[in-house]
Amino acid sequence: MTTRIDRRMAKLKSEGRPALVTYIMGGDPDYDTSLAIMKGLPEAGADVIELGMPFSDPMADGPAIQAAGLRALKGGQTLVKTLKMASEFRTSDDETPIVLMGYYNPIYIYGVDRFLVDAKASGIDGLIVVDLPPEMDEELCIPALKAGVNFIRLATPTTDDKRLPKVLQNTSGFVYYVSMTGITGSALADTAKVAAAVKRIKGHTALPVCVGFGVKTAEQARTIGASADGVVVGTAIVNAVANVLGPKGEKTADPAEAVATLVSGLAQGVRSARLAAAE
Amino acid sequence: MNKPAMPNSFRTGPDEQGMFGIFGGRFVAETLMPLILDLEEQWNKAKNDPEFKAELQNLSTHYAGRPSKLYFAEGLTKHLREVSSAKGLGGGAKVYFKREDLNHTGSHKINNCLGQILLAKRMGKKRIIAETGAGQHGVASATVAARFGYPCVVYMGATDVARQSPNVFRMKLLGAEVRPVTAGHGTLKDAMNEALRDWVTNVEDTYYLIGTAAGPHPYPELVRDFQSVIGTEARAQMLEQEGRLPDVIIAAVGGGSNAIGLFHPFLDDKDVRIIGIEAGGRGLDGVEHCASMNAGKPGVLHGNRTYLLQNADGQILDGHSISAGLDYPGVGPEHSWLRDSGRVQYEPILDDEALEAFQLTTRVEGIIPALESAHAIAHAMKIVPTMDKDQIVIVNLSGRGDKDVHTVASMLGMEI
Repeated sequence: MTTRIDRRMAKLKSEGRPALVTYIMGGDPDYDTSLAIMKGLPEAGADVIELGMPFSDPMADGPAIQAAGLRALKGGQTLVKTLKMASEFRTSDDETPIVLMGYYNPIYIYGVDRFLVDAKASGIDGLIVVDLPPEMDEELCIPALKAGVNFIRLATPTTDDKRLPKVLQNTSGFVYYVSMTGITGSALADTAKVAAAVKRIKGHTALPVCVGFGVKTAEQARTIGASADGVVVGTAIVNAVANVLGPKGEKTADPAEAVATLVSGLAQGVRSARLAAAE
Repeated sequence: MNKPAMPNSFRTGPDEQGMFGIFGGRFVAETLMPLILDLEEQWNKAKNDPEFKAELQNLSTHYAGRPSKLYFAEGLTKHLREVSSAKGLGGGAKVYFKREDLNHTGSHKINNCLGQILLAKRMGKKRIIAETGAGQHGVASATVAARFGYPCVVYMGATDVARQSPNVFRMKLLGAEVRPVTAGHGTLKDAMNEALRDWVTNVEDTYYLIGTAAGPHPYPELVRDFQSVIGTEARAQMLEQEGRLPDVIIAAVGGGSNAIGLFHPFLDDKDVRIIGIEAGGRGLDGVEHCASMNAGKPGVLHGNRTYLLQNADGQILDGHSISAGLDYPGVGPEHSWLRDSGRVQYEPILDDEALEAFQLTTRVEGIIPALESAHAIAHAMKIVPTMDKDQIVIVNLSGRGDKDVHTVASMLGMEI
């Protein structure tokens, strides 16, 4: 099977540039605004969209994404609504891959089988579920693969060569390399180390390797994109939303525009990455 | 939920995947996986290592003060017999307290901390982190960190920092850094999230000293094994003092470490009725309680699948209990399994009932119990008058209540 992710990654490879993978929190700060943000992403230069499913206890996330999730939940976001967002997005865009990212419990409570049917019907291409390591593959990974949904695994600096094959075994779509041990939004790791890690992972898999955790600026996107197949930006985008919200959550500017401006800059960084590498 | 088939023994779990039936497991971020696999390996070596066992035994005896006493609570027994007579029942079982309050640091938490600090030492870790609710585990962690010369950071919900101030001061005296967590309701759940975030960031040199029998495998198993000294001693002491096993054993369940510690050695004693007590808070009708096994449903949080308080979207609720140590929306996975298998019965006790038990025990026994333990005593107060005089109940007095006097005073409308 090929998914939108496979097709998009292959296309970018032929163009000789890395993907810009953008994370937004579904429903932040409310459903309509979040949908408008999402719809603006492809035009601003996003190649893949990670759509965050808010969770009350995001144990691997830093303060920015924690706060975004709480804003979304306060705004009434649920997993049902996050899937609805994806299907509304699909009415105007059938090409940009959507990856749902979050934690397992809301999916478990929704019911794995029902979730996969509904996710597929909503135009979801892949899943990143932070708290499902390969040891728990029977829970969701295997059923997702059977349903034709990519299951994208995180590899981290603690995933050594001995463990990598296990992590890669049922991974599809792309591999998400977490640039450092830590929570989302921390400082970016040493880019030379990241490049070495990407090379190490590529020694074990033909899948594209995207790098995230800590990428905030176009310049960083350019540097990381020189070695990686994709650059994931999350916290910076979520912060762009937070920055145009007042103390009571009121909008002081258009969040969709703020995100589009940031993403356009990041897209330029990513698009010049291989030029930089060739220099 | 289908009832699992009745096993031959209730004491063989977890399986190799860290599961107790459908409960337990390793639901953690990839960053932590290599570490918890290493911990499992080290734990498997340590538990069969005579040197490790001898060192723990020595510390338990000379540092923690074990074995703790099994005390015949004559004053409470007499009082409950009067209650029974007044109801025209003429009964009233004998009540024994397993005196974990007499341990060094004032609760059962030291049992687990001594075991885990020895593991941390074996693993060559340089720094200890812990989460705490009531502060009992934080104090015990800070204590063993001081004793073994480790820097220690304790995450504690901001609400709990306020209501357990004596323990916060103790931790600071012991050299630990207490980091208040303001997320959520600022209770144990939020402290645990923050501890996990620290761990995932400092995974190379940091040992996460989990205080309860929950979290990813192997924590539920190893915490249980370190706490099982409670039940092993109580069983032997009861045989020595009464020449037979008890009819009922009762313990309070937050995460459930003191309870699983008391219960586990008795699980295959079919004639011993086992009761775990959840925090009923202000009643199970609303959301102000922490009775995850009576009012929650299975879900995944903090590394394991277990009964959780949650809404229809799978978002975790905050819960409420007068007792900071029980103020957690989940429970250790082995309890969830024991619940579904029917081996252990789990009952809620309300804030007010615990408060009454706290005061009664103080008055008739001269023992100030922790509010957590008072929940277990409160259930004993309900059932003991209906039992026969030749029956025996053991209540786990998991900790001392000095830390709770401010909370109790304010509940009673007094200023101290």
